[in-house]
Amino acid sequence: MDNSLTPLVLKRLLVPTLLHLGFRKTLTMADEVVLLDFWPSPFGMRVRIALAEKGIKYEYKEEDLRNKSPLLLKMNPVHKQIPVLIHNGKPVNESLIAVQYIDEVWKDKSPILPSDPYQRALARFWADYIDKKIYVSGKKVWQTKGEEQEEAKKEFIGHLKMLEGELGDKAFFGGECFGFVDVALVPFYSWFYAYETCGSFSIEAECPKLMAWVKRCMQRDSVAKSLPDQHKVYDFVLQLKKKFGIE
Amino acid sequence: MAEEVKVFGVWGSPFSCRVKIALKIKGIEYEYIEEDLQNKSSLLLKYNPVHKKIPVLLHNGKPIVESLLIIEYIDETWKDNPLLPQDPHERAQARFWAKFVDEKCLPSLWKACWAEEVERETAMGEAWKNLELFERELEGKRFFGGEAIGLVDIAAIRIAFWINVAQEAIGVEILNKEKFFILWNWIDELLGCSIIKENLPPREKLSAYYRTRAAAAKGSK
Repeated sequence: MDNSLTPLVLKRLLVPTLLHLGFRKTLTMADEVVLLDFWPSPFGMRVRIALAEKGIKYEYKEEDLRNKSPLLLKMNPVHKQIPVLIHNGKPVNESLIAVQYIDEVWKDKSPILPSDPYQRALARFWADYIDKKIYVSGKKVWQTKGEEQEEAKKEFIGHLKMLEGELGDKAFFGGECFGFVDVALVPFYSWFYAYETCGSFSIEAECPKLMAWVKRCMQRDSVAKSLPDQHKVYDFVLQLKKKFGIE
Repeated sequence: MAEEVKVFGVWGSPFSCRVKIALKIKGIEYEYIEEDLQNKSSLLLKYNPVHKKIPVLLHNGKPIVESLLIIEYIDETWKDNPLLPQDPHERAQARFWAKFVDEKCLPSLWKACWAEEVERETAMGEAWKNLELFERELEGKRFFGGEAIGLVDIAAIRIAFWINVAQEAIGVEILNKEKFFILWNWIDELLGCSIIKENLPPREKLSAYYRTRAAAAKGSK
């Protein structure tokens, strides 16, 4: 090859090509975030809130749980459940695990978990308590009637009062800032009207401090935009009751 | 300030065993306090008023409860010999499988262990399904944590030892050696580690406990 051609080849062909490839690589490094979800799911809402808190753009995909998509079955083969967070093609399952993942990846903005290990352990403890107690006891409230329902109500209110006790006079569960436990619990607010109407009781009357906390959370865009309307959830619950023959 | 670390546990509990193993891996000295679950100490009730259960880790007077949460606390407080991966996706996977062990795998294994003759086949099928899913995660690795013992290995000590001992004592075979040879390789590796061996309850004592339970279950029919 003629020696004088080499620098020209470098200048006109190789360098731009390499730059272009580098630029393309940078472009494809932009995060691709997908959330497989179901609109009334409090677990899905947790992930929506976390993504909104961090200002992450994502694609929301509504799943029909009676006809699960091949993508859902591929991304969560173990449980076949929503929510599934898919980040650059890699799935993260289980809502509280996904929220922690979001906090660890996008760590430079709006921390969700505290930085102190003991405070983190406390936050995880209460989120775990919510996971184990609230959904199950709340479900029993709308699924049962008579004596069984009275028992279910007592249990459900008991758990809410426990959480209210933990909240105390703090603005949020973590203190001054909205955090992990708030994200774990506040989605259930969208089900409160359904629980109250099915069970004929008032959560406000039983747990006024908790309701004040709910109002504070709902002032946040991330929460207000992630929770569906309570009446819509109630209609959904009525449909479920009909489907399962619970009147 | 000198660290004060205490563990409230019970000799036969896989949950307190998890905490002891995690502390040993990190090289942390601690005081162990044996609890009598029929007569819980006022300290236990003070440190775990919500669930009133062991294990409780007390670090400089602050209690941490729930064994998997305790392990995460230990990992975040003492940074040597990490128990969780650094990469966020791998960390999420580790948390997922540890949760799977406790919420899906173990309940189905125990159900199969204690099932009546008529229910055993169904219970076994369910247990095997979960074990197959879990075993796949080993994927040619020495441990679930890779080259070193990690969160999932510590969580699954319940399978490696407790189910192992129980099935022998009860006379059922759920952890079938031919079917789950990959898992059994891992069990042998894990139980061969001195740090694990030294912190397990005495095999014969645990076996005797399960034999007594099995006899009582037969007797009550």
